[in-house]
Amino acid sequence: MISADLNIILPEIVLAVFALLGLLAAVYTNKDGAAGVLVWLTAALMVLLAGWVAMSGDGSTNIAFHGMFIDDGFARFAKVAILLSAAAVLVMSKSYMSLRGLLRFEYPMLVALAVVGMMMMVSAGDLMALYMGLELQSLALYVVASLRRDSVKSTEAGLKYFVLGALSSGLLLYGASLVYGYAGTTLFAGIITTAQTGGASLGLLFGLVFLISGLAFKVSAVPFHMWTPDVYEGAPTPIAAFFATAPKMAAMALFARVMHDAFGQIVSDWSQIVALLSLLSMFLGGVAAIGQTNIKRLMAFSSIAHMGYALMGLAAGTAFGVQAMLVYMAIYVTMNLGTFAFILLMQKDGAPITDITSLHMYVKAAPGRALAMLVLLFSLAGVPPMLGFFGKFYVLRAAYDAGMTWLAVAGVIASVIGAYYYLRIVFYMYFGEERSESLDNQNGGVLTVVLMASALIMVVGVANMFGVESMAAAAAASLVN
Amino acid sequence: MDTHLLSIITFVPAFAALILAVFLRGDDAAAGRNAKWLAFITTTVTFVISLFVLFEFDPSNTDFQFVDEADWLLGLKYRLGVDGISILFVMLTTFMMPLVIAASWNVEHRVKEYMIAFLLLETLMLGVFMALDLVLFYLFFEAGLIPMFLIIGIWGGKERIYASFKFFLYTFLGSVLMLVAMVAMFTEAGTTCIGGCEISLLTHNFASDNFELLGIQIIGGMQTLMFLAFFASFAVKMPMWPVHTWLPDAHVQAPTAGSVVLAAILLKMGGYGFLRFSLPMFPVGSEVLTPLILWMSAIAIVYTSLVALVQQDMKKLIAYSSVAHMGFVTMGIFAANQQGVDGAIFQMISHGFISAALFLCVGVIYDRMHTRDIDAYGGLVNRMPAYALIFLLFTMANVGLPGTSGFVGEFLTLMGTFQVNTWVAAVAATGVILSAGYALWLYRRVVMGDLIKESLKAITDMTPREKWIFAPLVVMTLLLGVYPALVLDMIGPSVTALVENYDMALEAADTAVQTADASH
Repeated sequence: MISADLNIILPEIVLAVFALLGLLAAVYTNKDGAAGVLVWLTAALMVLLAGWVAMSGDGSTNIAFHGMFIDDGFARFAKVAILLSAAAVLVMSKSYMSLRGLLRFEYPMLVALAVVGMMMMVSAGDLMALYMGLELQSLALYVVASLRRDSVKSTEAGLKYFVLGALSSGLLLYGASLVYGYAGTTLFAGIITTAQTGGASLGLLFGLVFLISGLAFKVSAVPFHMWTPDVYEGAPTPIAAFFATAPKMAAMALFARVMHDAFGQIVSDWSQIVALLSLLSMFLGGVAAIGQTNIKRLMAFSSIAHMGYALMGLAAGTAFGVQAMLVYMAIYVTMNLGTFAFILLMQKDGAPITDITSLHMYVKAAPGRALAMLVLLFSLAGVPPMLGFFGKFYVLRAAYDAGMTWLAVAGVIASVIGAYYYLRIVFYMYFGEERSESLDNQNGGVLTVVLMASALIMVVGVANMFGVESMAAAAAASLVN
Repeated sequence: MDTHLLSIITFVPAFAALILAVFLRGDDAAAGRNAKWLAFITTTVTFVISLFVLFEFDPSNTDFQFVDEADWLLGLKYRLGVDGISILFVMLTTFMMPLVIAASWNVEHRVKEYMIAFLLLETLMLGVFMALDLVLFYLFFEAGLIPMFLIIGIWGGKERIYASFKFFLYTFLGSVLMLVAMVAMFTEAGTTCIGGCEISLLTHNFASDNFELLGIQIIGGMQTLMFLAFFASFAVKMPMWPVHTWLPDAHVQAPTAGSVVLAAILLKMGGYGFLRFSLPMFPVGSEVLTPLILWMSAIAIVYTSLVALVQQDMKKLIAYSSVAHMGFVTMGIFAANQQGVDGAIFQMISHGFISAALFLCVGVIYDRMHTRDIDAYGGLVNRMPAYALIFLLFTMANVGLPGTSGFVGEFLTLMGTFQVNTWVAAVAATGVILSAGYALWLYRRVVMGDLIKESLKAITDMTPREKWIFAPLVVMTLLLGVYPALVLDMIGPSVTALVENYDMALEAADTAVQTADASH
């Protein structure tokens, strides 16, 4: 019995054991000198695991440890996205980190542990498992955020993230305890039998609200978003890229998991809350980013707005809504990888630059990169024919089908507001004034590859989305039935 | 009919743009010349291929022809086709693009990118007129904003940044509401196929029962709301008064070729949208709002003509005159009878030639003097006789002089409107007089009189290249003016079908209401 259970969580075990062994090996050998190799090894292992997870299961649902751990199509979809994006971030960050003396051997190991936590999160079938995965992820992320120990901003980012993260974990735990008190179980499968239409007690709903608050913090939905811009700005750029991709995917998948697996019978009780989170995130993300000149802060607000759109799919409370959310997140993660690759390329005399005014006439210095960024920006703004538009189209359709026309209308209006600040970057790159000093045009290596690939996907993906659509549909069907 | 002709026409320019982007290296004059020639040849080839479509096209068949279909995402279909309404817009686009490229021969600044932007724009514009899938249509419709935004922003005048942002955000805001309506149509009808499929939007009856929303009684229900959402997009694109304010800014700041594309083709997307979507898909909604739109058109014609009278900038004057002429188009469309719709399409085609020529006329002297200020000119006829002649012809066509294509469109739309709403037609008719006012006055101030300004003493007449650009436009304007049947025979049957379906749908909706009343 136990061996069957272990078999199901084998990918997680492999990654966790690898992280521990890597730590040991590095400590006993040449420490930070091994970091470069470890980064590549970790990334390679993540890609392998992603392939393994994608191949395994054939769409079946496997349950381990009496329902604590669920390995279904939904979890596999999320895991593949998490693993691949984490691997991409690791590869992207290597040169940046080593140039600035940040390439410590703990870095890839911490990322690997965070990814183990995320994989736990998306497979959680129990409030305990959920909390365990969440904390494993969060603790690793707190440390990574303050990786630059001698920088006030970086440590401040880590501390802020930690304090607010602890607060949100507290909210979540309080909610979980209420749910346990009123449902009598922490298993999602048990909660859903108690939380039936019309039968959900007030205490259970109270617990639900606290749970949502905690989860909203993790996906940085308004009004639980305050940490995001500061952490993005303070953390080293590759770490910010990591925050913007894998953990967002994991948190959003966890959100969907809890809402549908545990509270899937009382959709009407939570969909309005999620819709409100979505509405506020879309508008605040759009409006607040207008005044930003730091591109990392700008991307933080942009990610808040994007979470708003993804939540729109979740708010629909239907299988199609979940599918829309997954498609949206997959597109979002791909776009953000490319955008952060561009941000990592923004350097002057070897020092990273984050001010968008430094992009004046960037097209002169690097026409190819400017064009790729142009594509990504229009994609982020949701302008067709880029793939970003299809993400919006999916969630709008999900919202309309669920009778939330008002949310769809609000969403498109917010997208016009958001378009302004993306256009502003285009303006600097293409219409700006000529400046004598411009950014370095160094050979970006991996970064250029990621940037170009991401932009290419945004254009070519319009043809068939590389089959992500049907995968997402299968994943959503396995979650909502 | 299994043919990929339309796809070929649509994507040849995009393919050439790709070749330019990937293979053309260097930033020198030679590279620029190659880019110009490649763009010119591509657009000419596209035009020639589109002539095959025109000759093979059967006007008596009101179905979509040359349909090209493939599966796409989300159960959507990649589907192109043309019918009597769209074919001429396709032709207008392929006809204008070589001229636009030829008119850009003086561009020296980032030529390669310039040509790529225009080639991509051509693909997207052709896609708009051919798309037979709602989402595909939206894709092309919106994507056109990107190259136009860059064209205005990179190659525009002094205030180009403001104009490009205003252009983009204004039109983007207009069309996102249409997107929500499209999502709604997808769900309600279960398809995004515009026409010619088993279930298609053109034959689907969208609900038109009145209902209450936020305490307001919505007459025509769902159809009215969807109509308004589409209206928000097309009215901005058209542009109709009072959402026309982006147009003068965009026109003034855009480079000459950008203005030409904007006036000749992009503005027609709004009118095409009304004919393809609003009128046939939401007949009840259209009927409810027809009085409003007719009066808005009448106001547009008179108001913008008056505004045009006081302009100091030549491009701005022509831009306002465009808004006025588009007023005739919306008026004709929503008269919803044979003459009105015929006239509207005719007016759009003819305005495509005339406004393009007028912007080119401004471009000719702008290239020489680098100012568009009317006061900076005067007495050009003394040094530029050929220019004076051509400018005169298109001024007259703009006024709507019989014998030019401008007359036919205005006359037909006025006639169509007269049958529906006499007062609107009467008000709009004063616009014809006003247009004579501003156009002739412009001509007098720029071309006539003595040449007394020092700066103009050395101005030269048109070069052969410039004359060749105007030649096709002159031919088309006069040809359509004396023999409008060329266009009317082409669109006639499709327009008849459109108008008949519209009347039938309204009757059916009336009967449904009456039966519902009777059963109460």
